[in-house]
This record gives sequence, structure tokens and C-alpha cells, in this order.
Amino acid sequence: MTTVLLVLVTIMATVVWWLFRQTINVKPWVERRPGSELQGDVAFSLPSVKVGLWVFLAVATSLFALLISAYYMRMAGADWTTLAVPQGLWLNTGALILSSVAMQWTRVSARRGQINGVRSGLIAAGVFTFCFLAGQLWVWQQLSASGYFAAANPANAFFYLLTALHGLHILGGLWVWVRTTAKVARGAEVGAVRLSVELCTTYWHYLLLVWLVLFTLLLTTPPRQNSCSPDNFAVCGPTR
Amino acid sequence: MSYVAHDETDFARPAEIEEMELYHPKTFIGKYIWSQDAKVIGVQYSITAIAVGLVALVLSGLMRLQLGFPHTFSFINPSNYLQFVTMHGMIMVVYLLTALFLGGFGNYLIPLMIGARDMVFPYVNMISYWIYLFAVLLLMASFFVPGGSTGAGWTMYPPQAILDGTPGAQWGIILMLVSLAFFIIGFTMGGLNYVVTVLQARTRGMTMMRLPLTIWGIFMATVLALLAFPALFVSCIMMTLDQALGTSFFLPALVSKGQLLDHNGGSPVLFQHLFWFFGHPEVYIVALPAFGIVSDLISVHARKNIFGYRMMVWAILIIGGLSFVVWAHHMYVSGMNPYFGFFFATTTLIIAVPTALKVYNWVLTLWRGDIHFTVPMLFAIGFIFTFVNGGLTGLFLGNVPIDIPLSKTMFVVAHFHMVMAVSPVLVVFGAIYHWYPKVTGRMLNDSMGKFHFWVTFIGSYAIYYPMHYLGFLGVPRRYYAVENIDFIPQSAHSLNVAITVAALIVGAVQVVFLYNLVWSYFKGKPSGDNPWQATTMEWQTAHTPPTHGNFGKELPVVYRWAYDYSVPGAQTDFIPQNQPPSKSTGGNEAKSQ
Repeated sequence: MTTVLLVLVTIMATVVWWLFRQTINVKPWVERRPGSELQGDVAFSLPSVKVGLWVFLAVATSLFALLISAYYMRMAGADWTTLAVPQGLWLNTGALILSSVAMQWTRVSARRGQINGVRSGLIAAGVFTFCFLAGQLWVWQQLSASGYFAAANPANAFFYLLTALHGLHILGGLWVWVRTTAKVARGAEVGAVRLSVELCTTYWHYLLLVWLVLFTLLLTTPPRQNSCSPDNFAVCGPTR
Repeated sequence: MSYVAHDETDFARPAEIEEMELYHPKTFIGKYIWSQDAKVIGVQYSITAIAVGLVALVLSGLMRLQLGFPHTFSFINPSNYLQFVTMHGMIMVVYLLTALFLGGFGNYLIPLMIGARDMVFPYVNMISYWIYLFAVLLLMASFFVPGGSTGAGWTMYPPQAILDGTPGAQWGIILMLVSLAFFIIGFTMGGLNYVVTVLQARTRGMTMMRLPLTIWGIFMATVLALLAFPALFVSCIMMTLDQALGTSFFLPALVSKGQLLDHNGGSPVLFQHLFWFFGHPEVYIVALPAFGIVSDLISVHARKNIFGYRMMVWAILIIGGLSFVVWAHHMYVSGMNPYFGFFFATTTLIIAVPTALKVYNWVLTLWRGDIHFTVPMLFAIGFIFTFVNGGLTGLFLGNVPIDIPLSKTMFVVAHFHMVMAVSPVLVVFGAIYHWYPKVTGRMLNDSMGKFHFWVTFIGSYAIYYPMHYLGFLGVPRRYYAVENIDFIPQSAHSLNVAITVAALIVGAVQVVFLYNLVWSYFKGKPSGDNPWQATTMEWQTAHTPPTHGNFGKELPVVYRWAYDYSVPGAQTDFIPQNQPPSKSTGGNEAKSQ
């Protein structure tokens, strides 16, 4: 649970730090008229959807951190075997990186007001993302064809679970991508899609980061930990 | 009273917040069913939550019948009993209290109290409700599938939750897990709205430190819920996979009915960690909104500013932060390193400090206040009693050596019903009596309300106080029938009968409350805009019930905190938050205390 605690401490620290700035030395019982607010009184100067996205990313981070914690704790089990990482994952990772790069390029174009750049950037990002998802499905099939479906061993079960949840998050992003691309295809101005493009870019980078963390995790997990040392007594319980 | 015109240059200009686009429903269906108005969604959430809560109330009545009069009712067999226990617990904790406090009160009160027109993402908000309703229907459906609903206890511990022999191990548990997953998805959508609305949509002058404590409570509870619910989500999905695909996340190698199962090496304790990582913050997800609402009820009905507002805000934040590092105190009996136990016992006891601060502040707010014993105030004061009571037994159970012998007994049932069931429910009732006039434009009937309060309050004590004693005697919880056990005297059985009678009476009296809700909607005394003479923004709307958009043409401007009651030198004993500074309050920068 260390991982998830670290993540949550970070998130809570951010919340508390921000609230601290809002609340310290403020005497709310003293009448003040608007305009004489201290700093930090008003809302963020960001659009609400951006704040919403960041809050959602905090929730998603909590979700993935919990999964990673569970992964580490399950790894202490006596039957743990390392996942034979399918080589196809390297290709998929490449596709996801490219999609993120394309998104960044779209964002730069949107900032500069170049609708052509936005259009081709969006399409490229979408294509690479679909490649990634198709690649993940292909890896799934490869694994199950060689007899490693979810129930085969715990590492495989986690592999399916992690990739499925990550993929679902990407599908959610693609829904926004479809709406944005449709808008551009119908000839929208750059200004009309700039915000959506920025949101998509942030989200794509975030999901790339999550994927890199998960992938590293899959690659670096040691073959087998000593089953139950006194240190992970909490996990193993008293009986083993 | 409606808000004051802003024609004098001395006063602030109307809101400079960009006007949000409101959707304009045309048909009845658009207005009341597929509605994107947070107020309507709040009422929808509340009605659904109360309806499903009634199911859980009936289940608890059935449980009590069995405990009080074993062998009398042929329709309750051991499996049914466990199913009642499970469904009662899960419905009450998640589908009633969480949904009602955050979905119901959150939706209704956040935009009104912070001076906003609506939530920032109204469409997502609407979807949130419909997913919640779907989750509720899924859960209800589990009563009717083969094998019935799950009987694994509301904590759903594997391996027994998905093994043959436990009621509902095939379909019931799956429906429960999937329903929870949907609940969490729906809640996340709503929760994003509540947080971002509080951060972004406050009207001009409504600084964070001018928010009423109700909003602080709901805000922090939502933050906790957003971060903690993923733990339940993960464990639900993993257990579904264990059941459906035969993975071994939580299931160790085991023999069931003489057969060696396919599972191997999973860790049931891992589930407990995940579950309680959600489960403990869940206590505060329910408690923090209750804390906030009680603070406001006490301040309004005692006509006094809340004592120690900043301390209250910080207590809410600290409780929220600490609630993430105490989860393993639910797992002392699962076996753990003694140092872990020491750590979690310490954090558990530390959390009593900010909680006690809040209790002192409520009492100090009452101290020498002009207390009006209205129905909401009665419920708020009742809450202080039950909460202190349940909180103190929490200090007992927070210690490892005391918890271990008591953990499997009725003492635990008494403790958490006192602190987490009766206390928040009293606040729910108080809040409904308090805000019903704003929602409907009519007062709830006072006599029925007082009758409802006294029977519920005294009845709750009659139910749970003796239960502590049963716990000390060692009467186990979760048992279908307790018979022929030497250490349990006959008097314990008599006590069980008395508890059952009290529980049935309290359950029956809730009908009076429901009748009151319906009767007053048609025949209640018209309330006017501000029947309690409260300062907060929801009472300053131009119409009651507030129309779509809440505040007429211009958003109000806020000039003061939410607690200007009985200000010396002021003409009335309350000054609404949107009343500009004037000479009547003794000048511009007058201190109100």
C-alpha cells in the first residue's frame, strides 16, 4: 500500500496546500467588500473543464496507484511467476508515444491558429491511438492463444486487468477525440476546438505516462520474491 | 428577502463571472425527468435514496424479528438472515447515506449556497443520476435472481463471498459487485461536478472562507470519495474476475465441499486492505457532510455565529487527511505485525482530536445562544448526543487489545450504528426539516415532526444502548440464532426481545415522517422565502422554490460570512450574506463578534 499512500499523500498535500493559501490569516467574520479580496480568493483562472480534467486525473491516478499497490502485494504470494512480456508491447508503446507526439503537435498548431495542422495532427494522433488499441488486442490474443489467459497465473491476470482498464480510459479519450475531429471536419474555426485539443493533449500525455509506468512495472518485476518475510507480515497473515 | 439592488457606486458591481449557458427545458419530461437542473437532480437522488433506504429498513426489521423471536418465523432461514444483514448494510451505507448526502443534498445545496446558477457540468450531472438509478435497480434485481442476493456480509470478504454455500455466491454477488462498480462510475461523474463547482462557480465575494460549513463538509467528503472509491472499484472488478474467469487475485488454494478448487495463491487479506482503504474514508464521506450540516443547523437555530469557524474548517481537512491512514483498524483480527497495529491504533486515536474539537465547538455555539427548539434543532442536538456516544466507543475499539475480544460481538454493531447510522440519519432528518420549505415552499408539520424526533431519538437509544451490554456479555454478531450457549444468560434473550420491540416501533414511526412529507407538500403552512431567518444564500433567492437559474437576472454579490447572527447593533438578528455593509452594522469594517 506504500505506492498508493505516497500518491494520496501527494494529492492531499496539494489540496491542503491550496486550501491553506485560501484560509490562512483570513478572518471571515470581518466584513470586506468584493474587490478587496486577498490573493487566491477567486476561482482558478482556468476554464472549468480544465479543472474538471485535472480532478479526474487525480481520481484516475488513485485508481492506477491502487492497482499497482495490489500488484506488489499479490507478488508476495508464493505462486508468483513472472510474466513473459510479449514483444508486441514494444511496438504498441511506440504507437502510443507517436500518438502523444501528434497530439502535442496538434496543440502547438492550435495555439498558432493553423487549422490544417490541427486537422492532420488530430488524424495522426487518432490513427496511432487506434493502432495502440488494436495492438493491445493482438497481444491479448497472442497470450491467450499460447495458453496464458487471465486465469493462467496471477501475473497474467494483472496484465489483462491493467491493460483493460488503461484501454478503457483511452477509449474514453477517443470519444472526445471523435467529437473534436468531427467539429474540425465540419469546418470549425481553430478557436472553437482549441480547448478540446488542449484537454485531449493533457489526457493523452497522462495516459502515456500511466502506460510507461505500467510497462516498466511489467518489465522490471523480479521473478519471485521471498514468499513471506516478517516485513510483509500484514500481507501474508499469521498462518504462513 | 431578495437580494439588494446594486445601484450605489459604493457597492460592488454584479458578478463578473461569465454567465453560464443554461439549458431550457420545454416539456414536463425535460423539466422533471431528464432534467439537467441540479435542484431537480438533487430531489431525484433524494427520493431514490430514501426509497431504497426503506427497503433496507424493512430488512432490518426482519433481522430484528429473527433475533428477538427465533424459531417463530418460517420465512426466515439462516440464508435469508445473512442476505438481510448484507443488503441492509450495503444499501444503508452506500446507496442511502452516500447518495443522499452527496447526490441529494450536494446537488440541491451546492449551487444555491455558493450563489451559482447550476453545477458546472449539468449534462454529466444528469448522467450521474441515471447511472445511480441503474445501479440501484441492479442491486434490487439481485433479490430475484436464482439463489437470491448475496449473503456475504456488507464487507463481502473473499473467499467465502464467492464460494458455494454462501447465499447468492453465483448471481447475487456478481450483481452486487457490478452494481457497486456502476455506482462508483456514476458517483465519480457527480463528484467531479461538486468539486469543480465549489472551486469555480462561487459568486463574487464568496471566498472559500465564507462558505457555509455545509459546503465545506460536502466538498471535503467528495474529495475523499473521489480518492477512496477507486479502491472499492478495483476490488469489485478483481473479485468479479475471480468469480467469473477463475483468476486468483483473492482466492487461495482451497478445498470446498471436498473438491480442490482451481484457485491458487490469492490473498484474501489483499481484498481486506483494498476494501477498508475505501471503507474507512467511507465513514467520513458520510460523517463530514453531517458535521457541516449540523454546524449550520445549530448556528441558525441558536441565532449565534458558529464558534471557531476556522477551526471547524481545519478540523474537516485534518479529519479528511487522517481518514486515509487508519483503515487497518478494521483488520486487527486479520492478523498483522504488532507495529502495524500500534501505528493504526495511534492514528485512530489521533483522529479523535479534531473530532472532539468539533463537538466542543458545537456545544460552545449552543452556550448562551438564543436556542429555538425547532424540529431541525432537536435533531441537531440529538446528533451531538448519539455522536459523542458512538465516538467514545470508537476510542475503545481503536485499541488493539480491546478490539480483539469485542470485534465479533454486538458491541461493534452498537458502536457503528450509534456513530455511523443513527448520527448521520438524525442529521438527514434535521436537514430535511430545515430545507424542505426551500424545496417545496411549505413547512413540514411541526407536531408530527416533534413526535417523529422523540420516538426516533429515544427509540435509537432503546435499541443500541442495551446492545453494548450484549456485546460485553459476548453475544456474537452475524449469528442467525444464539442458543444453548452457557455464557449467555436468559436475560440477554429478554433484552433481545426488548430491542426488537423498540426497533419495530422506531421503524413504524418513520411512516409518520413519510406521511408528513406528502401531507405538507399539499397542505403545509406556506413558508415564505426565509422561514428560519437564515443568512446563507439559498434563503435569499427571489422565488421559493427557486426557479431554474436560482437567482433571477443577476447573480448576487456576497459581502460577509455565513454566520452573522445576533450581530450587536444590527437591526435584525441576522444579516444575509448578500447584504452590503451599511451604517446599521456599525460601519464598514465592523467586527461582528
